[in-house]
This record gives sequence, C-alpha cells and structure tokens, in this order.
Amino acid sequence: MEKYSLLQLAKHALSGHRHWPQAWRSPAPKASYDVVIIGGGGHGLATAYYLANQHGITNVAVLEKGWLGGGNTGRNTTVVRSNYFYPQSTLFFDHSLKLYEKLALELNYNVMLSQGGILTLGHSRHDMEMLERWSNSLQLQGVDAQMLTTEQIGARTPLLDTSPAARYPIWGGFIQHRGGVARHDAVAWGYARAADAKGVDIIQNCEVKGIRTSAKQVQGVETNCGYIRADKVAIAVAGHTSVLGAMAGLKLPIVSQPLQAMVSEPVKPCLDGVVLSGAVHTYVSQSDRGEILIGGGADRYMSYGQRGNLPIVEETLAATLHLFPHLSRLKLMRQWAGIVDISPDRSPVIGKTPIAGLYLSSGWGTGGFKAIPAGGETLAYTIAHDRCHELIEPFGLHRFVTGALIDEGAAAGVAH
Amino acid sequence: MMQIECPWCGRRDEEEFTCGGEAHIQRPPDPQQNSDAEWAAYLFDRINPKGVHLERWCHTYGCRQWFNVARHTVNHNILAVYRMGAAVPADSVGVAVDEVSA
Amino acid sequence: MNNDVNSRVQGEAAQNPLRRLGTGHRVDTSESITFTFDGKTYTGCAGDTLASALLANGVRRVGRSFKLHRPRGLLSAGREEPNALVQLEGEGFGEPNARATLVPLYKGLKARGQNAWPSVERDMLGVLGLFQRLFPASFYYKSLMWPSWHFYEGLVRRLAGLGKVPRAADAQQYHKRNLHCEVLIVGGGAAGLAAALAAGAGGLRVVLMDDQEELGGSLLGENRVIGGSSSTAWIAQAVAKLRAQEGVTLLPRTSVIGYYEHNFLVGVERVCNHLGPGADLQQPRERLWRVRAKQVVLATGAIERPLVFADNDRPGIMLASAVQTYLNRYGVAAGRRVVLVTNNDSVYRVALDLHDLGVTVVAVVDSRRDPVGPYQQAVRDRQIPLLTGRMVRQVRGRRQVRAVRLAAHLGGGQLGESRESLACDVVAMSGGWTPSIHLYSQAGGSLDFNEHSACFVPASCAQAVRVAGAANGEFQLQGCLAEGYRSGAAAARAAGAGANVEPSAPSCDDWPQTPLEPYWYTGNAATEKQWLDFQYDVKVSDIELARRENFISVEHVKRYTTNGMSVDQGKTSNVNALAVMAALSGRKIPAVGTTRFRPPYHPATIGTFVGRDLGESYAPRLELPAHSWHLAQGAWMEDMGWQRPQCYLRAGEDFEAAVRREAVAVRRSVGMFDGSPLGKIEVKGPDAARFLNRIYINNAVSLKVNAGRYGLMCNENGVVIDDGVFVRLADDHFMVHTTSGGATRIHRWLEEWLQCEWLDLQVLVNNVTTQWANVTVSGPNARQVLQALDSDIDFDAAAFPHMQFRSGTVNGVEARILRASFTGEASYEISVPARYGLALWEAVYAAGETFDITPYGVESLMVLRTEKGYLHVGADTDGTTNPLDLGWGVPIGKKQDDFIGRRSLARANDTRKDRLQFVGIEAVDPRLPLPVGGHVVSCASPAVPAPTQGYLTSACLSPALEKSIGLGLVSRGRERLGEQVYIYADGNTTAAKIVSPTHFDAKGERLNG
Repeated sequence: MEKYSLLQLAKHALSGHRHWPQAWRSPAPKASYDVVIIGGGGHGLATAYYLANQHGITNVAVLEKGWLGGGNTGRNTTVVRSNYFYPQSTLFFDHSLKLYEKLALELNYNVMLSQGGILTLGHSRHDMEMLERWSNSLQLQGVDAQMLTTEQIGARTPLLDTSPAARYPIWGGFIQHRGGVARHDAVAWGYARAADAKGVDIIQNCEVKGIRTSAKQVQGVETNCGYIRADKVAIAVAGHTSVLGAMAGLKLPIVSQPLQAMVSEPVKPCLDGVVLSGAVHTYVSQSDRGEILIGGGADRYMSYGQRGNLPIVEETLAATLHLFPHLSRLKLMRQWAGIVDISPDRSPVIGKTPIAGLYLSSGWGTGGFKAIPAGGETLAYTIAHDRCHELIEPFGLHRFVTGALIDEGAAAGVAH
Repeated sequence: MMQIECPWCGRRDEEEFTCGGEAHIQRPPDPQQNSDAEWAAYLFDRINPKGVHLERWCHTYGCRQWFNVARHTVNHNILAVYRMGAAVPADSVGVAVDEVSA
Repeated sequence: MNNDVNSRVQGEAAQNPLRRLGTGHRVDTSESITFTFDGKTYTGCAGDTLASALLANGVRRVGRSFKLHRPRGLLSAGREEPNALVQLEGEGFGEPNARATLVPLYKGLKARGQNAWPSVERDMLGVLGLFQRLFPASFYYKSLMWPSWHFYEGLVRRLAGLGKVPRAADAQQYHKRNLHCEVLIVGGGAAGLAAALAAGAGGLRVVLMDDQEELGGSLLGENRVIGGSSSTAWIAQAVAKLRAQEGVTLLPRTSVIGYYEHNFLVGVERVCNHLGPGADLQQPRERLWRVRAKQVVLATGAIERPLVFADNDRPGIMLASAVQTYLNRYGVAAGRRVVLVTNNDSVYRVALDLHDLGVTVVAVVDSRRDPVGPYQQAVRDRQIPLLTGRMVRQVRGRRQVRAVRLAAHLGGGQLGESRESLACDVVAMSGGWTPSIHLYSQAGGSLDFNEHSACFVPASCAQAVRVAGAANGEFQLQGCLAEGYRSGAAAARAAGAGANVEPSAPSCDDWPQTPLEPYWYTGNAATEKQWLDFQYDVKVSDIELARRENFISVEHVKRYTTNGMSVDQGKTSNVNALAVMAALSGRKIPAVGTTRFRPPYHPATIGTFVGRDLGESYAPRLELPAHSWHLAQGAWMEDMGWQRPQCYLRAGEDFEAAVRREAVAVRRSVGMFDGSPLGKIEVKGPDAARFLNRIYINNAVSLKVNAGRYGLMCNENGVVIDDGVFVRLADDHFMVHTTSGGATRIHRWLEEWLQCEWLDLQVLVNNVTTQWANVTVSGPNARQVLQALDSDIDFDAAAFPHMQFRSGTVNGVEARILRASFTGEASYEISVPARYGLALWEAVYAAGETFDITPYGVESLMVLRTEKGYLHVGADTDGTTNPLDLGWGVPIGKKQDDFIGRRSLARANDTRKDRLQFVGIEAVDPRLPLPVGGHVVSCASPAVPAPTQGYLTSACLSPALEKSIGLGLVSRGRERLGEQVYIYADGNTTAAKIVSPTHFDAKGERLNG
C-alpha cells in the first residue's frame, strides 16, 4: 500500500499525479472464501479490515451490490460521539470513538475527524434533569461530559438563539467535547483501501440473491456473479437487513424507515461542532466545506425508497430555524434519505444468529456511522472466534427474548 | 408525499395519518401459555418486506379510525385500503419482491 | 498572438466600457437604476438582472472559484450559473450565494463578491492557483493527517465556504399555500405555454409555474418567427389568452423544486424578491406552493453545456445561449469581438443575432469537419468567417480572455497542429444541450440516452406526467410547440376534460439541423487546465485521477472529485463529467450511469420551507382557562405542553421562597391548584370494565360505581407508560385520568387496541381533557372550603371519603368531583365545563379566603408529592421501569386476568434482583439539597469508571420535614432501606440514606381528613 502523506502528494504533483496506484483492486470473486461479508458499507469494510489485520483472516470477500459506501455510510450526517446513557452503550461507543481518534493514522487515510464537540440542548426543567442524569452517568463511566449554562452556550455558539423569549428557550445543555463529525466517504474508502492491501477481495456490483444453509449451518451465498461458498457469512446491510435475513429464513426485530438529511449551500464558518436538540427535534453541524448539515427524525413509516417526504423536511427546518434564526435566508441545496434499520429499543443487533456461521451487524438505526470502527472490530472478533465479543454481548438477538432491552431513547429522551 | 384513501373520509394527504406498522399481528389469546421466544416473536419480529406491505394506518387528524393498507415499500404505491377485520384484498398480495423498481 | 489586436481590444474596453445596445426586448433603458457591486456604483436599467447590468458595465470578473480562487466571469444567464455568486444586501435582508443571473435589478441594490479578499477583482487568495498541482481531487484524504486533522482544520474551514450567514434575523416573512389542480405545467417557455393553451381550453384548473421573472422561457432571449409574427409577439398573445382563460392560473417567478410521489410537487414563488429591501414587509418574500396535480406536464427546457478545452474557465468565456440572451433580452453585448465555438448548430443563430446588431463576430468555430446546412449558409451569407474542423487549443488572457488559438480537430477530441489565433473579448461556446430532466427523475422516471443529441431524455414514469419540448430532447421550436400542444391536450383529457379540439402548432422559422458531433474534452491537451465544474474547480485531470485510483462508479467519481456537488448541483458539469468517465473507461455514457437527482432542483431558501412556523407560531401555547388570573397573580409560567404556573411569586419573593410558602400553606391550611391539564378520557359501553381490565395492571372489574382507583398502565413490553386514578361513573361508564402530558398518547393507545385488536368489545372512548377545567383544593381545610361553595353535594368526610367520586352542581354549574390526592392532604378535584373554569377558580378563591387559601403551582405540588413519595411517571420512571420495580408485585399476583404487558413481566430480565427499584433518598445533612440527576454510588470519592447503582429522580428541601429528601431508582433498592450511599453529581458527592419513598405521613391519616 502506497503511503499517503503531504510529502508524497508533493512528489506526485511533480509528475502530474499520473502515477498514483489504485486505492483498491477490482477482483473477480473466487469460488469460495473463509468469510463472506455482505455489504460494502462502513461496517462491512471495517469488519473485513479487522479480520485481516487482527485475526490474520485474509481470505475474505466483501460483496457490495452497488458501490462502496453507497448506503447509509455515504448518506448520514457523520456524527461521532459516545455520550450514551447505559454503560453497555457507553462502553461500546466510547471504544468506537477511541478507535476513530487514531483511525486516520491507522488506516493512513485522513478521515477528517473533527472533534468540535456535540452539544445537547435542554429546553425545560425536565430536560435539564434528564441531561444531568445523563452527563453524570457519563462522568462516572470516565467519558467526558460537561453541563453548560445558557450563557456558556451563547458564548460558545453565538449563532444559537439563547434568548429567554424563544418559544422553547434554551435552559442549558451538556457537551461532549470529544464528539464531532468525520468524513463519511473517507471512512469507507480508508477501510476499503486498508482491507484490500491486506488481501481482502472487495467485489462491487455483486448482489446477493440467496443464502444457502444446511442443517442450520451456513454454506454460502448465491449472487449475480455466481455461487460463492463460505462457512462464515456476515450480513452488514443496514436498511436491507430484513431482506437478507429472510433469505436465511430469519424473521428479525427490525423495521426499515427513511431517515432524511439535508445540506445548505456552503457558507463561511459560523458553527463549531454539532448542536442537537431532542425537544426541538433537529441536529445541526457545519461541514469543512461550509455546508450546514441538518438532520431530523426518521419518516414515520416503513420504506425502502431512499427518499424522504416533504413534511419531515418542513418540520426539521422549522426546528432548525427555531434554534438558528439567522439561517433563514440560506438556501437548501440537497436533501436525501437513507434507509435505516430500526430495532425495537433502537440499539444495535449484532453478533451470532440461530444459524451457525451466520453473523449479523444491524439495528444501527440512525446512528451506525459512529459505531463503524467498534462494530467492525467486535464483529471481526466474533466471526474469528465464533464467540461474541464482550462489548457486543448485550446487543445480541437474545435480549429480545430475555427482555434485556437497552432503550437509550427512553432512558434519556434523546435521539440517536 | 403520499395520498391515502381513508375508508371513511376519502383521499387525504399523508400528513393527516399515522402509520401503526405491520397489520394482522394477532395478540396471543393466552400469553401466559407462550414461551419467552414465542412472546418475543409476537412483540418484536416483523416481516419488513421490500415489496408490498400490509400495514395499519390511523386517520389521526381526521376521523381517528384505523384501517389497513397494502402499500409498496419502494415506490409507495397503494394497492388497497381495507377496513379493520376485513380480509386482505386478493389483488394486493402475491406481488413479488422482485417487481420492485427503485 | 497579435499584440496589436490585443491592446486595441483592451483600449476599446477602457474607453467605453458600456456595452448597452439599447435594443433589448425586455429592458427599459429610459429608466436607469443605480446599484453597487464590491463597493463601486454602477447604473443599469429596468428589466435588468444584476448579471446583465454588470455585463453592461463591463464588469468581467464577478466571482472567485471555491477551491483555487480563480477569477471567474459570467458563464450563463440563468439558474445554472456557477460563477456569479454574490453576497446580496446585509443584516435582515442579507443573502449569501445569490446568483447574479437571477437577481432582478432594483434601485439601490448592494452586492459584494464572495470568497475573495479584499475583492473579487484583487483576491489575495488567487495565489492558491499557483499551487494548483498540490490540490488534486481529494488531496485532503491523502494528507493533513499528521499530527492530526484538527491541526489543519481551522485554516481549511476558513478557506472553504462561500458567502456569509446574515448577522441578523430575517426581516421578511414566508408563506405557504396548498394547491389542487387538474393540470400543472412546469415551465413557461414555448412548450409550456403551448401546453397551457391546449389544457386551458378544456376548462379545468390549469396552473402554469415558471421560474423566470416573466413567461416566455428561452424564447425571451431569441429572435424567432412563430405563425408569421415575432416570437415576442407570440409570447404576449399566448400570455394574454391564458390570462383571459377561466381556470388558468399563471405563476411566474415560481420554481418547481421537488416532485414527490402521488403527483405532489413543490414550487417556490419569489413574491417580492425583485423589490429587495424596499419591498412591503407585510408581503411574504417567498411562498411555498404545495401542489397536488392530477396530471403534470414538464416543459422544463434544457441547459447548454460548456465545451471542455484548456483554460475554458477564463472570464469572457460564456455559454452561447447566455450571450444570445444578454443580447436580445437585455440589449447587452457581452463583448465587442465575439468568437463562437461549437459542435452543433445552435450557436449559428447567436452569430446572426450578434452580427445583425453590429457586434463583431470574429468567427464561428465548429469542431465538425464539414457541416453543411442552412445555418452555415446563413453565416456565410453575412460574410462571417466560418472555421470548421477546429477547436480552441489555447486561451490567452489570465484575467479575461483576449484571444484564442485554434487547432485542427482531428476527431474524438484530438487536436492537430495549431492554426489561427483570434483576438476576441468573448468566447461563446456550445457543447450541446442537456434536457432538464431533474424533476422527471425525482418523480421516479427512468432515462434513456439519446445518441443523436448526446443527452439523457425521459423514458418512462409511473406517475401521471408528460414531458414536452427541450426537456424531452426536442430542440426545434416547431417540435417544442407541437409537443406542448399535444401534452397539454392529452393531460387535460386524462384529467377529465371533454374532447376539446387540439390546436395545431403554428409554423416556425425552423431550419433543418446538422447532427451534433460530441466534443467532450480535449484529449491531447493538459487535462489539469480543462474545467468541468467551475464552482468547485473540478478538472478533467481530477476525473482521470479518480479513474486511475479505481474510483469507477459515477457516485464515487462525484464524491471523490466533488464534481456536481457544488451550488449548481452539476447543471453544467454532470454530463461532461460522465462523458469524460465514459471515454476514460471505454464505456458508453449510459453504461456509466447517472447520479440520482434529489430535491431541490434548485437551491431554495430555508425560510420558505418553514413559512410561518416560526417564533411564537412554532408551536401553539396551550393556555389554561384561568390563564389570565394566574398571570395577574404573579404566576411563574413554564411550558409543559400547557402553560402552567410553577408557583406564584409575591413581591420580594424568589422562586424557591414562593414554592416553600405554597407547600407550607397546603399542609397548614389549604391550597388550590389548576389541574385542568389532567388527562380525562371517558370510556363507555357494555364492555368498558372488561376493556380497562386488560389495559390496567389493576383490577378494573371490581371497582364500585362512584369509586376511584389508582392504576398503572404498561405497554406490551411491560414498561410503565402512564398512571392515574380511574373512576367508575356507572356500570358501563368510566373516567380514565392520565398524566397531564399523556392524555393524547393514552387516548390513541386505547383506540388502537379497541379498533385493531378487540373489535368484539363494545366500547367507545373519548378524550374530554380540554372540555373540563379542574380546580384541585387540597389541605386540612379543603373540606371547609368545599362546604362554603354552593353545592348539592354532601362533603362530609363520612359521606364523601377518600377515593370517592360525586357529581352534582357547584355554584349552579354541572360539576364532577373526585377525592384523590397527589399532595398527601385531603384533596378535592373539582371539574366543571371548561368555559366555567375561570369562574370556578374565582369562586373557590373567594370561598377559601377565610382559610387564607393559597394558589400553588406545579413546582410546589412536586415538593408535596415528593414528601409523600407519590410516583411521577416520566420523572421517577424511565423507559425500562416495570410495575415490579415500583413494588406492585403483590397486587399483580392477586389479579387473575391478563393485561397488556403482563407476559413480559415473567421474563428473566424483568424479575432480575438487581433491577432499579423505586425508593426514597434522604440526605445525611438535612441542609444539603440533593441533586436531581445525581447517581447513587457507594463511596464519597468514586474511582472512575464507577458503576452507577441508580439515580435520583426527584428531590426537594422538605418544608414539612425540614429535611433534604428525594426519590430515586436504585439497584436492589427495596432491600437496602437504611443503607448509606452517596449521590454523585458533577464531581461532587453528597452522603445520603436509602429510605422508604413515603417520607411524610406514612399512615396516610391526613388523606382522610
């Protein structure tokens, strides 16, 4: 793998950038692999990378029906954070954030991690009590969290309307300074390039049409490129989890809904970090390019359509202007949607399945991007050892039988 | 934005309705007789098809009545609307997942 | 290069920068308008856009590119403009990234260049262009990662971005309207007007939306003949006819930006943008049209493609159609010496128009080897030099084009030896046309690639939509008109119009065309100088780099190079980039594919999507019937869904003091509380008791008439979702009281079970929360206050005990009274029809005067109920709390029947011993307040990570007990009563003890007073 650096960039500039090698190969699929990963998004690629890098399993194929990172990885609002309420979640997501913090150097690919902080706003007495409960929980778990007063918020983010006369005035908030955003494409491409360099076959335009099993053991996958044998198959396809699950005869606790995001035209820097409000439902950040990136709630019905409807856009923008009235005359440039796989408790469903050799990485819902490094690492461990990694033990399918749900939204009243 | 034909009020914009998810999920008649796994399946497992979905909707900002809808989850075409307790209209089932054009 | 020619051109421009010819169809040169750009004052005229006025004033550099800060001039005259983005006005009227081509000129208009310092003319950051080679596509992914991206980010962010966010709130407002029509026509050019004429004849509701300042589309910039008269006259006739046609609505200045399912479209009307800050502020600035159309005709036209050759981004190199539009519509010559460069016939008419108005046409340069047809003949007839089989090899002039050197075109984008050099100040180019199929694609339509015109055209769509004219790949005027008439008539018929006569299209001065020959880019010239995306500085070399690094998918190339991701969303660059990709990979263009088109078609003001849902109108404030009384008495209001008094401040009192005074008053004598928001749902029918027995975890069947019972509701997962007292009004009639915030949610919950699961039960439910106002009288003297009211109800303690219900009259008004308590004192909840709410409140206040009755607010109630250990669902429970956690195991065990959620309580996790249980907490030091949201830990200075044992959910300094108390959810809480723990909050801990939740009056004697 050619080393990327400023020096290397300058060297290549001298030859007009005519000699850069391929970021990854385009191999034809082999007849069989040790592990087949369905889904070439962040989670699938990261899993392949860690399988090769940490477990020496390099006879791995990542099958992507479209193009790498073309699903939710390339459609999300790129928030990274670990400010969860329950220890199980915080442990997992903070591990993920720590991996993110060194990811650019590990992958030798600038994933542009921008830790401008994630600020969660409170708009009532009740909100503030919940935020206290939440931030104290984080502090006890050793994760950075700080309560801020309205004045501190105003000084930090002057674009926010901190006036007490606002319809839902800002009472305060709490910030995780290590939270922020990363560049989604770079995460997918960085993992792809590093995995490919370790020998992983990344096969694009390869759609899985069936999963062959025998006696509750996975045998391989049928694809539009032919049958591929594998004793271990992982499904990491976000919104299409149920479709793939059905191929293996599984009915899963997942529904697929559109989640919209939108960006304004680029403007000069006016907003640091991410601002999120649960009561006034929106979250807002500014990309390095200068676009104001806005997300809201999921559309409220099932869909595989990868497009959202207008009412959610109207609601989300109204919420955004409530917080940031000065954005009124900016222009909305693009609006899109991803299909998110939502579990009953909105926590991930990851690990083993009732079918031997079939693994699942799903239920990431609206928050899968931040989980990519840890999701990949723990699933790789689980596949390599056929034993659930301890960090994802609480997030298995069995919790729906025992009732041990991990309902972050209900606990802290927040959106993912 | 979809338009949905409320069986009681007629055609209205999607904004007036709320979706209640998969239809025809029968509550077990005597839950205490169910195993944890059976109970979990009733509570959580969903078909979530890429294709025609039978789901229930409520005309929340209208007559507040619930009814069933057969809707395609890719192109959002509505194949049938039928009242609670009515049988699934024949022409809305059996549309294969493959007939989907994104 | 001929230096003489060069300096002469410059000299002319310097002597007489004005290029106004005074012949524009659509400007009024008698009315001059002054405006400023980058601090300099200029003059334009009525009918101008900012762009045409700048051009008329000889301003060549109007913007700087995003990445390399290269100087840029106008490329287009419309919404595809990538270069002329300006910061318009300031403060409450400020707008970043306004397209100069779309801003109608008004008196005093102020605009500044963007992304440039100190000005567009002299931008210091222009120096970045010298290091262009260091910044190929996505250079940042390969660098700037050591020591960390953070180290570089601040600088990069400051360099990026375009305009600036206004520093004041929007001074104008936005509206929305819903619109239903039989036929919606998008686009008011030749095809759109024809469609409207045909559809309008059917007498239906026909709406035509067009995004320009006036109707006419691209015809406004042309000189054509339709039906024997000028195209301008035809437009005027058509518009007049449509105006007179009943049922037809014309909406110019309205851009349709979104096409959603079920024929729902969204348009943005610029109502008074053209007036600038001088507009009537009572008028909306823009209006969002939400349109539901039975049939849609898209007549959205086409956008000309730039030609891709070295240094094709220099100021002065423009789209030929733009040069023509500036000339004919605005009467502005883009330059004095124009070279036209093309690979198709459409620029020939531009050459004729320029020539006929006295502008020097240096030459028409055609990449095709030997095009022969009426266009070529017409040019030759006017002695305009026609140089065929040639293309631009080199552009001279860094800050604006001064000359072009041509080379022989050997075919396929390969150039041969250098040929003539032509001095010029404008290059008008055309690489062919791209139909605007964005809306069609949004509607779900599929596309075909038309090899003949080298463009994507509509193929098929499941929605009721037709496409007409250039948007459909029809580039001849006659054909556009014919398609327009045909589509309009067909749409009207499909929407239910009778068999109206389909008017035939008038004849036009069309000439047969020689086919376009694609010229996608110059294969044997420096590709790092050939621009595709002018805004984001994407060059052919960037696509090459992407290809080299194996970014093959069209989406990958878009993201890797950022081509088409800029503010113009690739309107001029997408197809060229696709073609370059196709050429590099040896594929055909349709095999490369297209990216998905997403709304909005054209960027739209955020405020427009929001409309009036701003400020106070963001959400309605729900006010209590006695709202005015509360305010007059100093109520401290907070929004809890309803506007509710938290306490009533007396002179000199702060919040805490008021709460304490009120809480003390209730315990000492009597208080009154506005409980109107309390959820009230009537449940009626022969099966009402059976129904509620399934809903509540409690037994509902055994409840006696006129008695109330405190109940809990769970969801199927066994989690507590609401609580409250339910009352049996009659055998078949119940009143379900819910939490104040839960009324709507629980009402829907009940309806869903009844309508979807238990269709056999004969029950009706009705949410009557807002129909009844409620005054709760609470305290040792509550009964006396009730007795002082005029009522037919016997309030004697024996006749009306705790948890009983009575109906009757109070002061002559129908009243329902429930004895239930959330304070721990004897309490009467009096409900009367909401319209008597204020009267009841005043009557109770008067009746209580002798007992010094004290109005108390929600916060005081919270103190009282915390003392008493009463649960507050939502505060003392979280999304996992089940009834067992609340100590309800025994009552549940006694109930025989099933209820919602019961099965879940039998699962392993729901019976875990270490679950969080509801308990009381008491601070060791009674003066130290306990922090709500603090966590229970086992030592005074916990080492992180420390396991949390639960948390404090409510707390107060109890006036009645003179203690610091609270409630909480604590792991194994009930078996730990008496244990000392610590409450952690923000780095501090407070010593506390786990106790029973009932801090006060454990025996409940006061309830029965």
